[in-house]
Amino acid sequence: MLSRIQFAFTVGYHFIFVPISIGLALMVVFSERRYFKSNIPADKAASNFWIKLFTTTFAIGVATGLTMEFAFGANWADYSRYVGSIFGAPLAAEGLLAFFLESTFLGVLLFGRKKVSRGVYYASAWLVMIGTLLSAVWILIANSWQQTPAGYKIEDGRAILTSFWAAAFNPSFAPRYVHTIVACVIAGCFVVASICAWYLLKKRHLHFARQALVTALVVGLLASAAMPFIGHWHALEVAKFQPVKMAAFESLYDTKASAPLYLFGWVRDHNGDPEVTGLKIPGGLSLMLGLSTSHVVTGLDSVKPQDRPPLQLVFQSYHLMIALSFLFIGVMLLALIMHFLKRLEKARWLLWLLVACFPLPLIAINMGWAATEVGRQPWIVQGLLRTSDGVSPVVSAGEIWATLGLFGLIYLILFIAWLRIFLGIIRKGPDDVVEMLEAERASAQPAPAGAGR
Amino acid sequence: MTLENIWFFLVAFLLTGYVILDGFDLGAGVLYPFIARNEDEKRVVRASIGPIWDGNEVWLVAGAGAVFAAFPMVYAMTFSGFYLAIMLVLFGLILRAVSLEFRHRDKSWSKVWDGAFFLGSLVPSILVGCALGNVIRGVPMNANGDYTGTFLQLLNPYSLLVAVTGLFLIVTHGAAWLALKSEGAMHARAVQYRKITFWVCAVLAIATSVATIATVSRASDNVLGRPLGWCFLVVLLLSLLYTIRQMMKEGAELRSFLGSAVTIVALAGIAAVGNYPEIVPARGTPPETSLTVTNSASGHLTLQVMLIVAIIGCPLVLLYTAYVYWVFRGKTKAADAEY
Repeated sequence: MLSRIQFAFTVGYHFIFVPISIGLALMVVFSERRYFKSNIPADKAASNFWIKLFTTTFAIGVATGLTMEFAFGANWADYSRYVGSIFGAPLAAEGLLAFFLESTFLGVLLFGRKKVSRGVYYASAWLVMIGTLLSAVWILIANSWQQTPAGYKIEDGRAILTSFWAAAFNPSFAPRYVHTIVACVIAGCFVVASICAWYLLKKRHLHFARQALVTALVVGLLASAAMPFIGHWHALEVAKFQPVKMAAFESLYDTKASAPLYLFGWVRDHNGDPEVTGLKIPGGLSLMLGLSTSHVVTGLDSVKPQDRPPLQLVFQSYHLMIALSFLFIGVMLLALIMHFLKRLEKARWLLWLLVACFPLPLIAINMGWAATEVGRQPWIVQGLLRTSDGVSPVVSAGEIWATLGLFGLIYLILFIAWLRIFLGIIRKGPDDVVEMLEAERASAQPAPAGAGR
Repeated sequence: MTLENIWFFLVAFLLTGYVILDGFDLGAGVLYPFIARNEDEKRVVRASIGPIWDGNEVWLVAGAGAVFAAFPMVYAMTFSGFYLAIMLVLFGLILRAVSLEFRHRDKSWSKVWDGAFFLGSLVPSILVGCALGNVIRGVPMNANGDYTGTFLQLLNPYSLLVAVTGLFLIVTHGAAWLALKSEGAMHARAVQYRKITFWVCAVLAIATSVATIATVSRASDNVLGRPLGWCFLVVLLLSLLYTIRQMMKEGAELRSFLGSAVTIVALAGIAAVGNYPEIVPARGTPPETSLTVTNSASGHLTLQVMLIVAIIGCPLVLLYTAYVYWVFRGKTKAADAEY
């Protein structure tokens, strides 16, 4: 249980920074593209600004990601023995095929503006983004395999790979990948939108803010609007391959036709027989999953009580995620309409709303993650290995308490530092173009003639 | 050459790559408070490793991932058995990574980040060697492949000797790097440090060899009984003789840096030959509890698929890593720092 708390805490924390990084990586590519085409200093200043925010966030993402890789062996030794043949491979592949790419070209983005040609620099922005997207492929292959294992056989009490393609493209991988990446794009767009809205409110960097805000609103609306369809695709897959998890999402006990869909509610768990009070659409779940109210949905009664996940947590996080995702569509749509009516900058309440939305997609993402991971309990690999059988036999509770305390302390300090720096960069804003040009002229002068590359 | 053996070699390759590449930037971090005396010099130290340290650390990510995929039993045993040490390495690397990115953006906490950079470099530099010492010496294990000793047993004299040797190797490597990248007063200091620490290294390496022959005869017998072991020994001897001469000279910066890299390769090769075919030998428990290349390996198909991944990935990685080192070649100046 302690290991679970530690893992949940460290992954949840990691998963604040990853979506911001992925979203900002996209923004870096957009702004570098603009600069590459225009070659005007204002676009360079804009791009530098996004790169600063991106790298600050990426640094924490890298550092906390290392924790995750180490935690499998350290806290989950028996799990690692059981799944090493399958689960370890995508982690190693992530390192070799994605992480090297990101990290190496991140160095070029950070230090190489004057050292490489403009084309190479622009290509580096692309390579970093491709690296982050590839990273997510491998990590989500590993995670999806825990949810819907495929392409394996059990030999001597260990899962052994029998088909790489079946294991990699296991049933939940495709919907999960699209769902996660689009969620990260939404999160990135809201980060960008809230920064720009703040500048508009403070009447600073207006040109920069207008330009970036439109990009964020258009991309954000497209991504948010696509989300219900992607989410639905993912839900159909869950209902098919992890019916108990779907039942837990809606806390449906009886396997039955015309199963209800809750908009919100409160679960009272009477020894695994849940009673939900809230607003429901009768037959809604059946309609959603089978396009007919007579569609029979599998309930929690299909498995023994010890094979059911904790209901309240799963129900609430799932419903909060969905409610937030509809809120995102509304906010993005409203802001974009106001923009086209040329009234966005006068609607200060709407700009403040955009600023306030900064953390909401991150909350939605963490809720979605909680729903999917807790919804899989008590299994660490669905149907194969229980979470309680995956922990390290030799790591003592005292050791986990000690490291949990240290993680809490270090992560808190890092969070404060990150927030200070992130907000500091925003407060400072993109470089003033005139100052930037003067600084460049000044630094270019001392270089001896003929020594340049 | 079976698949398991190829993977033993690949894991050794990745981890040696880690020690060589992250080694010099860890070493630079350990030297940082001593060698950089003002803001400009500090900036040069950070900027000299700035563009590349992140990529260097990925060698550890890839190496650990490769152990997980290819030898999951070893991964599970070492990471859970050396739990506190692993967590301390992790905390060190986290603080270090963040301090490098945050230091220049955060003037008011500059002392905090300087301290984090130093400690975050020092702790992994010591503990990685300590873990290696235990892996060479062997640890007590049960039939499930779990470590059965205590944390304090890991801090035995032999492993501590390997840890100190490793630390000095990394520091020398870091000093050689800084001599290569810096100019002026700091360059002179780096050359000075490089001379002293390399002598300490040479003495410690001999002490470790003697200690290995005396207390871990399995490893020394393996090295002395195999042609490959002798090859690495000859390489070690030649590289020590060559590198000592380069390290003492001023102006032989690249040659001394490459010399210390070759020394690391030779030492890593000796350690790998000494352990093979065991990866983690049992000590004090029945020999069948040892984790060997065969009994700890992953499924056959996994090794095959991962080999394809490695064949595609490794050359690409080496290619663009070399490119980035080429881009950032030459002396680092304070003005090259982050914007």
